[in-house]
Amino acid sequence: MSRPVERVFREEYGRAVAVLVRSFGDIDLAEEAVQEAFAAALQSWPDGRPPPSPAGWIITTARNHAIDRLRRDAKRAQKHAEAELIYDVQQNEFDDRLRLIFTCCHPALARHAQVALTLRLLGGLTTPEIARALLVPEPTLAQRIVRAKSKIRDAGIPYRVPRDADLPERLSSVLAVVYLIFNEGYSASSGPGLVRDDLCAEAIRLGRLLRRLMPDEPEVTGLLALMLLAAARRPARVDEHGALVPLPEQDRGLWDRSLIDEGHRLVRACLRRNRPGPYQIQAAINAVHTDAPRARDTDWMQIVRLYDQLMAIAPAPVVELNRAVAVAELDGPDAGLRLIEGLSLQRYHVFHAVRADLLRRAGRAAEARAAYATAVELAGNEPERAFLSSRLSHLDVPSGMLEG
Amino acid sequence: MKQYLLSVVEPSTGEPPSAEEMAKIIARVEELDRAVKDAGVWVFNGGLHPPGTATTLRPKGDDVLISDGPYAEGKEHLGGFLILQCEDLDEALSWARRAVAATSLPIEVRPFR
Repeated sequence: MSRPVERVFREEYGRAVAVLVRSFGDIDLAEEAVQEAFAAALQSWPDGRPPPSPAGWIITTARNHAIDRLRRDAKRAQKHAEAELIYDVQQNEFDDRLRLIFTCCHPALARHAQVALTLRLLGGLTTPEIARALLVPEPTLAQRIVRAKSKIRDAGIPYRVPRDADLPERLSSVLAVVYLIFNEGYSASSGPGLVRDDLCAEAIRLGRLLRRLMPDEPEVTGLLALMLLAAARRPARVDEHGALVPLPEQDRGLWDRSLIDEGHRLVRACLRRNRPGPYQIQAAINAVHTDAPRARDTDWMQIVRLYDQLMAIAPAPVVELNRAVAVAELDGPDAGLRLIEGLSLQRYHVFHAVRADLLRRAGRAAEARAAYATAVELAGNEPERAFLSSRLSHLDVPSGMLEG
Repeated sequence: MKQYLLSVVEPSTGEPPSAEEMAKIIARVEELDRAVKDAGVWVFNGGLHPPGTATTLRPKGDDVLISDGPYAEGKEHLGGFLILQCEDLDEALSWARRAVAATSLPIEVRPFR
C-alpha cells in the first residue's frame, strides 16, 4: 500500500466500516466492501494522493461495492432495499462509530474477543498485526474474530448505543477494553520488550475518539488523561540497556511535556464536573506525580488522599498495594509493610517487588532477598526481570519502587 | 425479531429452598411470567420435574434403547425455561436479568436458529 493510502486506511478504516455496518447490518460485508474500496483507491488516486475528502470517497466506493455484491445475491434483497435509503454520512458517522464500539465491547463477548474486534474494526489493524501485538498465534486470533462475528450475527447483538439504564455498565466495558489495550502495550505482560508502542498509540487514538464521541462522560476524559500521563513518562521508563527505570529514578527531563500539559488540562476538566470515577482518580494521581519537578517534591499526602478516594469507590487489592507505597513515603517502610500484609496478590510480581523494596528500606535484607527472588520468578517481561535481578544483586542501592 | 431460549440452571445437589422461600420464588416467577406476556415477548415457558423423572432414548443400530434417567448426570440441570421473541440480544438479556432476580439462579440465554 502506498504511504498516503496507508495513512488514510489507518485513519478512516474504522469510520468507513462503522457506516457500512450501520447501512447493511453485516460486519463481513462491510469489511469486505471497505477493503475493496481501499484496493480501488490504490488504482484510482493519482500518484497515490487522496482526494479532498478521502473518507467520503472510501465510504461511497465501499457502499457501491456492497450494493453490487448484494445485487448478485438475491437472498439479501431485503437488506439491499434498506441500504438504498438515503443516508447522510456526515451527520451520522459519529453515531455509527459509537454504535460499533458498543457492539465490539458487548458484555456477551469474552474480553479477549472484545479487544480483538475493537482493534480490528475500529483500529483498522489486520489480523496478523493484532496477533503480533497481542502475542497470540495468528490462527488463534483469526478464530476468535470469526467466532465473535458469528456470535454478533447469530445471537442478535445489536448495533446501537445502549439505553441510558445500561450505559454505565456498558461504558465501563468499553473503557476497560481500551485501557487493557493500553496496558498490554505499556507494560507488556510477556515478551522481550517492556513497552509495545503500537498498542499504546492505538489505545490513545481510541481514547481520543471516545472523548470526541462522548464529551460529557467524565470517565472517558479521565481514561484519556490517564493514558496520556503514563505515555508521557514512556521515554524515561526504559534505560539504554532496555532495563526498567522506576519512577523515582527517572530523568524527568525526558518526559513529554506536551502530553503532560494535555493530561493535566483534561484532569482539571474532569474535576470541574465533580463526578469522580476510578479512571479520573487514577489520572489525578498521575497528575500529582507528573507535577513534581523532582521525585522528592512529590505531594504524597495528596496521593494518599486520592488512593483513599479510590478505595472508597473501587476497592481492590492492587489499589491497597499502591496506597501502601504512598503511605510508606510519608510514614516509613514499616507502615507500608503493615498495610500490605495479607493482601491476596501472591501471584502478582509487583506485590513481591513492592514488599521487597519496603523490606530493604526497613533494613530486613534477608527477607528482601527472598521477596525479590519471588518477584523475578513471576515477572512476565525481560526489562522487569532485569530490573528486579539487579535490585536483588545490589541490595544496597538507593531506594526505588516498581511504579513507572 | 429473534427467538431466545432462557434456561434456568438448577443445582442438582445441596439443600432445596425452604417452603417459605419457595413460595416467594414462585410468586416472583409468576410475576415475571405476567410481565413478559404484558410486554408481548412471551412465546412459551415451563418448569420441569427433577431429572430423576426423565426417560432417555438413544439410537442403537436400527433400534432405540430406552433408559430410566437423564442423558447425563451433572452438577446442574435444566430446571425450567422461557422462550421469548425479542428485538435483539440486549432485550433478551434485560429479561434474563429479571429472571435471575426472580429465581436467584443462573440463566443461560441462547438464540434459536
